[in-house]
Amino acid sequence: MKTLSTVVLMSAALGLSACSGGLFDQNNRLGGAGANGANGVGGSDITTGALAPNSVAYFDQTIGNTVLFAVDQSTLSDVARATLAQQAAWLVANPTYTAVVEGHADEQGTRIYNLNLGSSRAAAVRDFLVSQGVSDARLQIVTYGKERPLEICSEEACYAKNRRSVTVIGAGAVS
Amino acid sequence: MKTKVLALVSLVFVSLWGGAIMAQSPLRIEIDNPNIEPMPFAVPAFIAETAGADQYAQRLAQVVAADLTGSGLFREIPENAFISTLTSFDSPVQFSDWKAINAQALVSGSVSTVGDGQIAVKFRVYDVFAEQELGGGLQFVGSTDGWRRMAHKVADAVYSRITGEGPYFDSRVTFVSETGPKNARQKRIAIMDYDGKNTQFLTTDQSIVLAPRFSPDGNSVIYTSYETGEPQMYLLDLSTVNRRRLAEQPGTMTFAPRFSPDGQSIVYSLTTGRNNDIYRMSLGGGAAQRLTNDPTIETAPSFSPDGDQIVFESDRSGTQQLYVMSAIGGEATRISFGQGRYSAPVWSPRGDLIAFTKQNRGRFHIGVMNADGSGERLLTASFLDESPTWAPNGRVLMFTRESAGAGGSSTLYSVDISGRNLRPIRQSASDPSWSPLLE
Repeated sequence: MKTLSTVVLMSAALGLSACSGGLFDQNNRLGGAGANGANGVGGSDITTGALAPNSVAYFDQTIGNTVLFAVDQSTLSDVARATLAQQAAWLVANPTYTAVVEGHADEQGTRIYNLNLGSSRAAAVRDFLVSQGVSDARLQIVTYGKERPLEICSEEACYAKNRRSVTVIGAGAVS
Repeated sequence: MKTKVLALVSLVFVSLWGGAIMAQSPLRIEIDNPNIEPMPFAVPAFIAETAGADQYAQRLAQVVAADLTGSGLFREIPENAFISTLTSFDSPVQFSDWKAINAQALVSGSVSTVGDGQIAVKFRVYDVFAEQELGGGLQFVGSTDGWRRMAHKVADAVYSRITGEGPYFDSRVTFVSETGPKNARQKRIAIMDYDGKNTQFLTTDQSIVLAPRFSPDGNSVIYTSYETGEPQMYLLDLSTVNRRRLAEQPGTMTFAPRFSPDGQSIVYSLTTGRNNDIYRMSLGGGAAQRLTNDPTIETAPSFSPDGDQIVFESDRSGTQQLYVMSAIGGEATRISFGQGRYSAPVWSPRGDLIAFTKQNRGRFHIGVMNADGSGERLLTASFLDESPTWAPNGRVLMFTRESAGAGGSSTLYSVDISGRNLRPIRQSASDPSWSPLLE
């Protein structure tokens, strides 16, 4: 069930990336009612052979579009930095793509505080990508606070996956 | 839809006997008495004085009774216990029949159609054991679709005369209506009567919406929406249901706005990611003013009712705590010092208390403290309680309670500031904001 919905969303994301919209096209950034990353475009759920290294699917699945954070923190772990270094290299190698960095929090906090926390997490990711050579103009951040959890149980196993940033690759056409 | 949202009632008050007549030793609930017993009262069906008024007679009495019972301060005596009933609004009351069933307060009312889709509602309140009227009789005239408001007005008058507190039943609440699973929740701004009735939706479910707040005049709502793909602030006029996005600075996200008491400006959170600070903006235009400038998170501002100060939340000490600063910014004074994390403060309309959310040892609480931080009291405890809002009389709080787990959902609850009378108000709803008392 979960894999199925993931695949469907993945193909939706691919479809969008094939479209050529403007920079930060509104629909592309936000498929439907919520965050793309929030709806489970996680890399490791699907095993697919031979993804083209310049494909969005490669970015999402092989590199991984998601990094995780400690409770109430927006600092990047070593694991997160390693993933983000690869994200940055992909973005540098594929300069026509833009990206929206979504920041998310788990439900253990008030709504407004978590919006701030999600913003700080997204900004930490953006700043790291910029430090690795990605142009600031290609990146936008958005916080979802606790509005779009990936996992829905009320236990640490779920919370750990919800404290995340997701780098959502947008349409090409940066001129 | 457009005219419906505020097609309320133009209520006309007519005193039946000129000035109020106070009883010699008024019937009184001492609301701050910790051992308070709900006062038994009776509200017989209102007397329909014209044929077309029949349909309102019973319902008016039911809403009056529900309001009073819902306050936790009154206990309704059911109709089947009545020894006699009232047959005429102007006939003398047989007090012995009401004493016999221990009705300390008796509310008599009448309703009549007065043409043009209008009804007139009259009422009197009696102190049964003193055998005298409590305050003067009053008459309200309004359109028939506002009959519930007239019932709330009657209940407000009874409540105020007996408790000495300000009224709050004739009020509304704007909130976020929620549907769908936890990871794809659909949200709409909605508005309802304070008791959960008469819901109307103000937005569609196309975008995430958060934290609506009433303007001080009750005519508009300000809220946060992801309509553009990121959180931004919108001002919605309740008479037209037109909304406009408030000016933003490029590259920023803005959220959690609240009005100043004069309704002329707002305070809100602005984040660039690197900075999360509090800003103030005039709704008439002009540049935003930055009120905090710290590398930490400063958010969730709320004005004092005199407009001179702002209480907000900051993690500058290492954990979320509450601070008070001047309404033009500057040095802030920390007011919360207990264990745990404090957030989402909101100043009472009476100015005396600040309500907040507190997280401690894995539990969430709604609490109140004096404006200087002293006298902290926690009123609730659960897996997740948050976002308190004050009733217009500063006596009752409404808040969001979310249940745990994959099937978790949000429900609005209210609680008296004594901690008594915790009551569910509406399911599948969050982020309540109580209106001022309606005119």
